Amino acid sequence: MNGEELTEQETALYDRQIRVWGVDAQRRLSKSHIFVSGLKGTAVEFCKNIVLAGVGSLTLNDDNPVTAEALAANFLIPFDENMGGGGSLAELCCDSLKDFNPMVHVSVEKGDLSSFGVDFFEKFDVVVINCCLLAAKKSVNEKCRKLSKRVAFYSVDCRDSCGEIFVDLQKYCYAKKKIDETVECQLQYPSFEEAIAIPWRSLPKRMSKLYFAMRVVERFEEVEKRKPGETSIADMANVLKLRNELCLAHSLNESQIPDTLLERLVVSTKEFPPVSAVLGGILGQEVIKAISGKGDPLKNFFFFDAVDGKGVIEDISTSTP
Amino acid sequence: MASGEQLSAIKDAKVLMVGAGGIGCELLKTLALSGFQDIHIIDMDTIEVSNLNRQFLFRQSHVGQSKAKVAREAVLRFRPQISITPYHANVKDPDFNVDFFKQFNVILNGLDNLDARRHVNRLCLAAGVPLVESGTTGFLGQVTVHIKGQTECYECQPKPAPKTYPVCTITSTPSKFVHCIVWAKDLLFAKLFGDKNQDNDLNVRSNDTASSSDNSEDVFERKKDEDMEQYANRIYNHVFGHNIESALSNEETWKNRNKPRPIYVKDVLTDEPLQQLNGNLETDNNNFSTLSAMSYLGLKNPQDIWSLKENSRVFFAALKLFFSKRHKEIGNLSFDKDDHMAVEFVTAAANIRAASFGIPLHSLFEAKGIAGNIVHAVATTNAIIAGLIVIEAIKVLQNDAKNCRMTYCLEHPARKMLLMPVEPFEPNKSCYVCSETPLLLEVNTKRAKLRDVVEKVVTSKLGMNLPLISHGLNLLYEVGDDLEEDMVANYEANLEKVLSELPYAITGGTVITVEDLQQELVCSINIKHREEFDEEKEPDGMVLHGWTQAPAVEKKDAAATNGASTSTTSNSVPNNLEDDDDLTILESGVETISSGKKRKLSDVSNPEEKRAKKVPEQIDDDIVMLDDISKENENSR
Ligand SMILES: [Zn+2]
Repeated sequence: MNGEELTEQETALYDRQIRVWGVDAQRRLSKSHIFVSGLKGTAVEFCKNIVLAGVGSLTLNDDNPVTAEALAANFLIPFDENMGGGGSLAELCCDSLKDFNPMVHVSVEKGDLSSFGVDFFEKFDVVVINCCLLAAKKSVNEKCRKLSKRVAFYSVDCRDSCGEIFVDLQKYCYAKKKIDETVECQLQYPSFEEAIAIPWRSLPKRMSKLYFAMRVVERFEEVEKRKPGETSIADMANVLKLRNELCLAHSLNESQIPDTLLERLVVSTKEFPPVSAVLGGILGQEVIKAISGKGDPLKNFFFFDAVDGKGVIEDISTSTP
Repeated sequence: MASGEQLSAIKDAKVLMVGAGGIGCELLKTLALSGFQDIHIIDMDTIEVSNLNRQFLFRQSHVGQSKAKVAREAVLRFRPQISITPYHANVKDPDFNVDFFKQFNVILNGLDNLDARRHVNRLCLAAGVPLVESGTTGFLGQVTVHIKGQTECYECQPKPAPKTYPVCTITSTPSKFVHCIVWAKDLLFAKLFGDKNQDNDLNVRSNDTASSSDNSEDVFERKKDEDMEQYANRIYNHVFGHNIESALSNEETWKNRNKPRPIYVKDVLTDEPLQQLNGNLETDNNNFSTLSAMSYLGLKNPQDIWSLKENSRVFFAALKLFFSKRHKEIGNLSFDKDDHMAVEFVTAAANIRAASFGIPLHSLFEAKGIAGNIVHAVATTNAIIAGLIVIEAIKVLQNDAKNCRMTYCLEHPARKMLLMPVEPFEPNKSCYVCSETPLLLEVNTKRAKLRDVVEKVVTSKLGMNLPLISHGLNLLYEVGDDLEEDMVANYEANLEKVLSELPYAITGGTVITVEDLQQELVCSINIKHREEFDEEKEPDGMVLHGWTQAPAVEKKDAAATNGASTSTTSNSVPNNLEDDDDLTILESGVETISSGKKRKLSDVSNPEEKRAKKVPEQIDDDIVMLDDISKENENSR
């Protein structure tokens, strides 16, 4: 066995999952460093999953104070710690997560996400941002791409009972298991900016409607200079107007972005906990795959809507699908 | 977030969770976050270290405590205002009867074994309460909704057949490592450390039965003047040397097989005095939990595959440790995968036997997985499945049955989907559980005793807990706490009677009624007399038709028949997925290797995986595939 072996304690704790992904993967996990910004319910679910999986370190970033709403979606913060506690969301989550798995180093990074330069991200193997504006998604993704080492970038959003995950593994090679052999596979991912710039009409048919709807809402928040999720029913008229403009520009039939779907995203911006659990689980699995190099990684969008119950992967990239 | 309608359905609901393990922890958390106010939770298990990597409500300091109770406390920390009622108990306890189930709006299963799932299914049917059933293994999982009269019940589809191995495969002609594990665990370990009085087919049957049977009984008994060294050597030479030699003498057996090689101590351990080990063993402390043959021998990595020599050294060290440090337990031990020394012993013995038969050796880690039938488990799948359970539960609570879905969580996308919902199946009209279709039992009524029918059919196959058997209006047998003494004696006497000689004789053409008062399940069984049964293919000496196991499977050669791998169960993912917990693993596969005795083991290879990989092949068109699935499903009935 090359490299360090797992300790007896690790072998005992991780016994069941080593049976799923093997010792090598577990060793790689324990050496990986993860950064998460934005600690809404979905990110919290994700953090729980990867701390349990046994990553090397997890760095949390969210300076927001604890509000009643944040508390409602967060199982990491004990109730009696209530709003007056003074700690930031990241600080309070950090305390709980440490407790989940003493073998994972959990820490807090203060500061605004936009203030972190390219060098900052070099410490990490994986960067996850939750519930961020369009500009932040683009810029953090670009910073990760500027580094010489590969930093995997993920963004995740949950609104109402809908969710979206975006993945950028840049150039990713992995061993794909076929029935009797293993083949080297290479995937080329576009950045978030590149992916969403692809004209809608050139996308595959039967694209998840949620993809378009999320782009409309995202664009709306940017144009109106809103914070993520700061929308209400009063905005519907303008959102629909924007939808029509975008559809016209992209030659897409407006029926592809139904009013009812947009209304769900605009009006009830809170996360639906079961959907957060689903998204946090899928995202956790993907990050584990990317770190361990085992399993086919998701390329490059994942959508889930509790209304139809489908969890769909869409490949939205410049290269031919 | 949820609509107002949803919220009120959630707030008013009273739900019962069965299981506080991998799925249960996630489920309880998600229910609490989603606004559920009144949650009851049953789990008989206590917390173990290997749970901590995914059952996130538990900490190291909770090891040994009730899962249901600790889970409640953990969730109340972030949701103190809700009501959680824990029961540290078996869901099969009589307290959890139909009336108990009736108080809930929906039952949510996060169980890990077939037996409990069937029991809960019946109570839900009897109480008329919808059931959301779930299971995971590795990256695969599934959630199913069962509503009486509207969807199939949990038992409408055939369950995978228990894995069975013919006795002779285990005792004489192993060809796979799992056969060696079964031998080491169920025969050798049981013989050395378990109940001496149990039947045990450890000794190879050779032609000269008369001569060997005299000695064989004594072989495993340590003689008065025998020191540990001599005893251990004798056992080793007997089971790996002498037994193989006598098997070889039966030439017929080896005509078309590779001959095994007898292994004696002197062949393997030539250059080291074993006494050395004795010295070490004596001086060390008596801390039971840290006892380990591996650590005495300086073997560290459970992933390493030991040589024959190393396995032999582990065999000796473990055997001696049991006799010197755990002497009091000898005679009462049964294999437990959490007993490290037991795992060491079984790994070593299985590997030595494998070496004898030219079967590749395995690491302790692998052997433990096979011997303990450990179900693979990861946190993420449990989290996803728990989320899906809550989504379905909310639909059920809103009486929105038509939108309920059965959802598969796949490892590889099928038609772009990682989470694939399909419409629930209709009830199976010939299901003996949810429809009243009679069963047919072929049995030799002049030879089989009532006890045989009770043990082999009523409790094991039909999964009844408190059975009552009657012939017309006449009671033949009943189990219960409140019975009169003379009735108990009467029933005991009936058990020992041959069917045709019972006070109300059961013969060909008789219809008997079998019911379970707790499950409120009633079955009619038509009796058909049959003289002969094939010992290998029909080891029960009777055949039950119309029971949920596919008949095709029963007819196959009993050799390593695995119902899960037959095409009839290609769509039965729900049935064989397991949650990860431990005690229950025993239940997931019942294997018969000697007549009338149940043994436990099931396949570690994963039938779901094959299925999941199969799905993408059918990708072409959305609708076609769903049709295929339901057709396949109908065909299988
Ligand atoms: Zn049924």
